[in-house]
Amino acid sequence: MVRAWFLLAWTWTRAAAQYPGTLLAMILGAAVSTSLDLVAIVILFTHMPSLGGLSAAEAGFLYGASQISFTLSDVAVGSTDKLGRHIRAGSFDAMLIRPVSALVQLAAEDFTPRKLGRLLPSAAVLIWSVPRLDLSPSDLVLTVLMVLNGAVLFGGLWVLAASVQFALLAGHEATKAFTWGGASMTQYPMSLYGQDLVRAVTFTVPLAFVNWQPSLYILGRPDPLGLPEFVRFLGPVAAVVVCLAAVGAWRTGLRHYRSTGS
Amino acid sequence: MILLDGVSKRFVVYGKRGGLRRERKVVTAVERMSFTVAAGEFVGYLGPNGAGKSTTIKMLTGILSASEGVVRVAGLDPARRRAELARRIGVVFGQRTTLWWDLPLKDSFALIRHLYKVDRRRFTARLDELTELLGLGEFLGTPVRQLSLGQRMRGDLTAALLHSPELLVLDEPTIGLDVVSKATVREFLARINTEEGTTVLLTTHDLGDIERLCRRVMVIDHGRLAFDGTLDDLRATAPADRTLVVDLAPDATPLVPPQGIRLVRREGPRLWLAIPPEVSAASVVARIAASHDVVDIALHEPDIEDIVTRLYGRTPQDQYS
Ligand SMILES: Nc1ncnc2c1ncn2[C@@H]1O[C@H](COP(=O)(O)OP(=O)(O)OP(=O)(O)O)[C@@H](O)[C@H]1O
Ligand SMILES: [Mg+2]
Repeated sequence: MVRAWFLLAWTWTRAAAQYPGTLLAMILGAAVSTSLDLVAIVILFTHMPSLGGLSAAEAGFLYGASQISFTLSDVAVGSTDKLGRHIRAGSFDAMLIRPVSALVQLAAEDFTPRKLGRLLPSAAVLIWSVPRLDLSPSDLVLTVLMVLNGAVLFGGLWVLAASVQFALLAGHEATKAFTWGGASMTQYPMSLYGQDLVRAVTFTVPLAFVNWQPSLYILGRPDPLGLPEFVRFLGPVAAVVVCLAAVGAWRTGLRHYRSTGS
Repeated sequence: MILLDGVSKRFVVYGKRGGLRRERKVVTAVERMSFTVAAGEFVGYLGPNGAGKSTTIKMLTGILSASEGVVRVAGLDPARRRAELARRIGVVFGQRTTLWWDLPLKDSFALIRHLYKVDRRRFTARLDELTELLGLGEFLGTPVRQLSLGQRMRGDLTAALLHSPELLVLDEPTIGLDVVSKATVREFLARINTEEGTTVLLTTHDLGDIERLCRRVMVIDHGRLAFDGTLDDLRATAPADRTLVVDLAPDATPLVPPQGIRLVRREGPRLWLAIPPEVSAASVVARIAASHDVVDIALHEPDIEDIVTRLYGRTPQDQYS
């Protein structure tokens, strides 16, 4: 599966490279928009030194880590949110007659290295914040694990949201709110939001596990909600649950898939 | 190679909102369909618009799962073992491409080689052969979206056959093609079937395809199998009128059609008569020739189109009007 994904991604990269002009424009566009992101976050951090009770470095840590997770998941499976369009255009039928998982084909569809460009600003923020925090080597290892776990969890959410489109053909927009909305929520400390919302988020869409709970541990902070200590380590469990739900939803969607009438 | 046993496919569709509730309707696209196709056959799958042809094909290829009944293709349940089946069958949808819109044809083919894990030597030989047969040489480097319909179709055919499948399933492969392209495609399909022993199932609205290619014809209407047999059987099952064209001499007495014979059309001295299947054409010819001054006389066998329209249960269109 991974092999097929890389193969398809490579083919799409080559296809995009056939139009150097567009490729360049896309890279520039992505660079500009991510730099603006960066400027916004710098302004936010410098003017609000204790964002939700956190220092600028801690907020940067949260932002950088969640953005890297999200970008990695977007690169890997973000194209699944175009499922509805592929179904309507009939190109999803074409994926179904190939001997490779339709999910992998969908995930790799239209891959461009440009998406990787968004890793730069978030990585910069993370790299800026880490020396300003008092982190032990084991904390650093945990950080890497947290980022990867977050990427897996986000990946599951993408697929889960895409599966909804099987039922809801016009679900493209809804998917966007789900995943992009989720990502921008984890960019800022959870305590900024109302407690009820945080609680809902923790237990319904387990977004909080992407970095808030593990970060509390890494940063050595108490949980404002007072959740017990073991919750900090439930990240992998949340990721597994989300991925299982995603696989289940995808399979169900595929079984009830009805193609188009032509 | 293919087995369908009591297969139905129902779609639930929702009508327009009427107040709060939406009208729920069940469309039965395929109804208790059963047939088998043996290896090496060339089968034509015919039916009017909306008969359920494409739906059947989607069930055969595993795109759709059947609402009830058993589907087996190459011994596999298509909906459950879709990926495994994909390696053994080739599929072409005439209405839309299975290739990648933005990739040049040869990149699409290279990608297919990897996806199907065809080894490089066999792939190169196969691609050369198909390129030669279908005349793809000139546009191998062109992105699919820039290809003309006929070029694209030949590209799709190649893509479906690169992995040398045992079964080739085609949904309207000749739709929109000009006479030359049609001929190329037909010749190619006949060759694949006879020389490589590939089983072919083809849907089409072009009865020319059927007459030239298919030894066996299946006709479906409203999701049910209306006929299954050879082309000759089809002619015998739904016998249609033969047409007798008579040219009278300018000064001949006006012709009154014999009992049971219908005058279809008259144009100056030329008359078209419809002879029902149970009447001997020879006796009609003899009677007319005996009583009238006839310049020329010709008998036309019914077209397969008339026969098929009869099977579809509509009034056959008069081909001379
Ligand atoms: N995805 C779908 N949702 C709802 N109804 C569908 C769907 N696909 C097909 N149908 C219905 O099923 C019936 C059969 O459609 P199908 O596409 O199999 O016909 P067909 O024989 O291929 O016709 P044509 O010659 O026009 O291609 C039609 O009544 C169609 O409206
Ligand atoms: Mg059709």
